[in-house]
Amino acid sequence: MLDALILSRIQFAANITFHILFPTISIALAWALLYFKIKFNKTGHSEWSEAYQFWVKIFALTFALGVVSGITMSFQFGTNWPGYMQTVGNIAGPLLGYEVLSAFFLEATFLGIMLFGAKRVSQRAHTVATFLVAFGTSLSAFWIIVLDSWMQTPQGFEMINGQAHATNWLEIVFNPSMPYRLFHMMTASFLTVTFLIAGISAYRYLRGINLAGSRALIKLSMTVAVVLAPLQIVLGDMHGLNTLEYQPAKVAAMEGIWQTTRGADAVLFAVPDEASKANKYEVAVPKLASLYLTHSWDGEVQGLDAFPDKHPPVKPVFFAFRIMVGIGMLMLLTAFVGFYLVRKKQELPRWLLKTLSAMSFSGWVGVVAGWYVTEVGRQPFLVTGVLKTADAVTKLPTNMILGTLVMYLTLYLGLILSYIWVVFYLARQTSPVKAADDARPNLVNRPIGA
Amino acid sequence: MIPNLLEPAGWLPLFFLVAMGIAMVAYVVLDGYDLGVGILLNQATDEEKDIMISSIGPFWDANETWLVLGVGVLLIAFPMAHGIILTELYLPVGIMLAGLILRGVSFDFRAKAHLSQKAVWNFLFFFGSFLAAASQGVMVGREVIGFDSGGLGWLFAFIVALCLPAGYALLGAGWLIMKTSGELQRKAVAWARKCLWLTALGVGIISIATPFFSAEIAAKWFTFPNIFYLLPFPVLSLACFVLIDLYLVKMQRDKPAPVWLPFALSVTIFVLAFLGIAYSMFPYIVVGKMTIWEAASATDSLWMIFWGAIVVLPTIIGYTIYSYKIFWGKTEPLSYY
Repeated sequence: MLDALILSRIQFAANITFHILFPTISIALAWALLYFKIKFNKTGHSEWSEAYQFWVKIFALTFALGVVSGITMSFQFGTNWPGYMQTVGNIAGPLLGYEVLSAFFLEATFLGIMLFGAKRVSQRAHTVATFLVAFGTSLSAFWIIVLDSWMQTPQGFEMINGQAHATNWLEIVFNPSMPYRLFHMMTASFLTVTFLIAGISAYRYLRGINLAGSRALIKLSMTVAVVLAPLQIVLGDMHGLNTLEYQPAKVAAMEGIWQTTRGADAVLFAVPDEASKANKYEVAVPKLASLYLTHSWDGEVQGLDAFPDKHPPVKPVFFAFRIMVGIGMLMLLTAFVGFYLVRKKQELPRWLLKTLSAMSFSGWVGVVAGWYVTEVGRQPFLVTGVLKTADAVTKLPTNMILGTLVMYLTLYLGLILSYIWVVFYLARQTSPVKAADDARPNLVNRPIGA
Repeated sequence: MIPNLLEPAGWLPLFFLVAMGIAMVAYVVLDGYDLGVGILLNQATDEEKDIMISSIGPFWDANETWLVLGVGVLLIAFPMAHGIILTELYLPVGIMLAGLILRGVSFDFRAKAHLSQKAVWNFLFFFGSFLAAASQGVMVGREVIGFDSGGLGWLFAFIVALCLPAGYALLGAGWLIMKTSGELQRKAVAWARKCLWLTALGVGIISIATPFFSAEIAAKWFTFPNIFYLLPFPVLSLACFVLIDLYLVKMQRDKPAPVWLPFALSVTIFVLAFLGIAYSMFPYIVVGKMTIWEAASATDSLWMIFWGAIVVLPTIIGYTIYSYKIFWGKTEPLSYY
């Protein structure tokens, strides 16, 4: 049945999926650019200015896509979910307002100076502009995550005549899941960019483009990844325990646990079936879920049966969770192997370079899957315990929503393909220092800045 | 209808109405000129296209942010109206967003993609700019007459939809007259003259038609002594139109004239038109249905964002001016870093 609710949900999911791809890259890439810039200021080595000039192009493209899809989001609240602002507008409004006021203008204005102003301002001012863009981008992420976390674990408000009124802004901002979600997302962004830089640099290295610079960037990314990948798993686990405390129904869906049990199994693979309220084709490790969720072999884990009619759809949450964890593990493995090989081998094996370039956009898969776990996992609520998604949706005719949905999907598909195509197209461009590189092949393995 | 303005519940909504107004004017003028440059793009040679886009490169991102702020204030301060207005404007909003997405990405793709595809992205930049401007015209037309659903109401909206792109193109041409030189500048002068009279037509139609749709608005304008106080609005607008034309003719005859005047006068026309619309609508946020006080958020929430706004807004204006200062003068080819 394609009613306004399901169409609006598909449309919102499509918009947010498309949108999140770009901030995920721009948040961490902005800091990477600042790092390149500071390195160049300090050492004067051309590799760093090369790196800056190459990645700033991708940053500009990413930022543009993030801005235009973000504007779509700000309108969607009103067009498709009028009940959202009418119910929790008193809280969501100021949080979104602070995002626009404190972050959005900052990044958009200084981006102009960062991209086009290098010859018109001092090096120092240009570095400051780069910093302000990075700072603004992260600040923007902070406010959005505060709002999303508040929707997951709301507190600091009271309901008067069906409207939420703030009672304590500190409680609203520092709601119980905010720090976990913030750090998990920021780390996800840095990992995504780490693998993007590694992947594109490997792609360039394979084509013999800017060998010294490409190799240096692969080395840098693997060094960062070897720290971030395990850290992300720890953060993810802490985030999961926090979710268990505040949103146990979501965890039950993630784990595919239907009945409340002591000594719950960890389901590695299964096909959850809502009709029979059980898993098909289950492969499970006995008692393991109780161990990592409650830190006791016989700890009690609430199943989906504890939340009749108030648990999320199990299948998408269950599978998205496994995709996210799978990507995380793959990144962990690649990071360790890559780090070892980059340090030990003079000549990087082709299979590693090919694996890295194939994984250029692997972060996207993990991030999108992760957001599906957390957002679909909040259903049937839009704001946990306060507002059901079905009560916030527009009453517009379905064919109107269907029309815009088709338009958005076509646009998004075209743009994602163009984006990936252009990133690889830019990567194939030989940089100005190629000639210099070719002239001194003995410097290929020279570490950057050495 | 108007509560005690000495109480926060009275003046805070008013403050945010003004803030929203400033954001909307800033948006219409700033993104207006860069949308206008996009609308004019198809009239130029390939080389000129590069210069035209270079002239707006450092600014368009921040310009567009004013739209987010305007809608943001609507969302933050008047959540009740936000849902109603955006539901009413569902389709034009969707089309505008598609337009803004297309032009935003074309701006970047055209510079980075393969040369053979540049023409496609150039066209999408023009098309997206026009689409965004025209759908904003529909929105203004719908909003001003309180979403009147009769055939005449729609006709009105579509006329505005054609005139707003002309107005933006006028701003864009004025911008190009300031930022370019030589053949392109001469072309811009010719474009500006064409757009000028289409814009005048639009302003005229809106001014005459609006009172027809609302007796209340008619009463606000055409009663004594209001009509006397309000006379400067139409007179000043008309003076601006005539002055712009005089300057453009002067420029066409290669006589010295300040290059910033057509742009500055066009901005004045937009500001006057905006003030006129604002005066007609006040104190309604949805004409005839909801006043700003009925639509306002809880006073506590307004306080929360008020402090942020009075600290941050001047900062934003400050660094916006800084950015324009950096890129002052004639446009140079853009290069990253």
